[in-house]
Amino acid sequence: MIEFLSQPWPWYVAGPLIGLLIPLLLIVGNNPFGVSSTLRDICAATLPKVNDYFKYNWKEKTWNLLFVAGIALGGLLGSTVFKNPEPIAISTETKSDLNQLGIQNFEGYVPSDLFAWENIGFSSLVLLIGGGLLIGFGTRYADGCTSGHSIFGLSILNWVSLVATIGFFIGGLLASWIILPLILG
Amino acid sequence: MQNLKYLLFGTIFGLILYKAEVISWFRIQEMFHFQSFHMYGVIGGAVVTGMISVVIIKKKNIKTIDGEEIKIEHKKYTKGVLIGGVMFGIGWAFTGACPGPLYALVGAGYWSIGIALLSAILGVYLYGIVKNKLPH
Repeated sequence: MIEFLSQPWPWYVAGPLIGLLIPLLLIVGNNPFGVSSTLRDICAATLPKVNDYFKYNWKEKTWNLLFVAGIALGGLLGSTVFKNPEPIAISTETKSDLNQLGIQNFEGYVPSDLFAWENIGFSSLVLLIGGGLLIGFGTRYADGCTSGHSIFGLSILNWVSLVATIGFFIGGLLASWIILPLILG
Repeated sequence: MQNLKYLLFGTIFGLILYKAEVISWFRIQEMFHFQSFHMYGVIGGAVVTGMISVVIIKKKNIKTIDGEEIKIEHKKYTKGVLIGGVMFGIGWAFTGACPGPLYALVGAGYWSIGIALLSAILGVYLYGIVKNKLPH
């Protein structure tokens, strides 16, 4: 067990475990699995309610806000008690692709060449702020993210979620093959 | 207090995301470059498990712990599903994180990702403001 908790988990362990959250959340309270709607709940709870989009009883989503607080706690637990060996064993092809974008340091979960405080520059901010804005705007416009569409939506065989997932990949491929090299090159 | 169990479930989810390196920026680039099966296995494994679970729930007419009928609502199609989807995909590759991992990374002490999380909240706010002017 200790051995298992100190190693990275393979996909065939992590995938099914994540999938089991779907019946779990349904059975304990008829809750659909999804994360990005909590960003809206945070807006409704903290920012001026400028229009109807933010005027709803966000307190009914307390369960989901606690769920995402838990996600952060899980991240903390991982990075302290159940740490993974680093650097992560990504493929050598990816490494050489990223080398060409000026990324040398593969320690940690995010590239410190871009996202460590002392290395934050213009392109880092484009990625963090631009990327964040697109995540927030895009997930609400699409009515879901990887969890709500690609995992929950596909599990319930909703074709809308397949369209969303195809959209996620069009955007991701566009960004990782074309836009990232332009920003970092 | 009833709701506290969700903190526990979220913690489990966050820990899985950490342990399977799903919250790694490098893993996301690797996925979009089709250079490893890992991320596809995680997402695919979750979908297959979720799908089987939902079939069992329906076939066996399983109720919630409070004895309620389980309701599964399908999200509706709008033009935003594809347009917003593409926007989110770009943000996913930029930050190496979707919304779940944004929370997990901040929890794991990658503080600069907090800039991305705050920007995501702001992005939702902007969406709410211009929503009625967008094609849906």
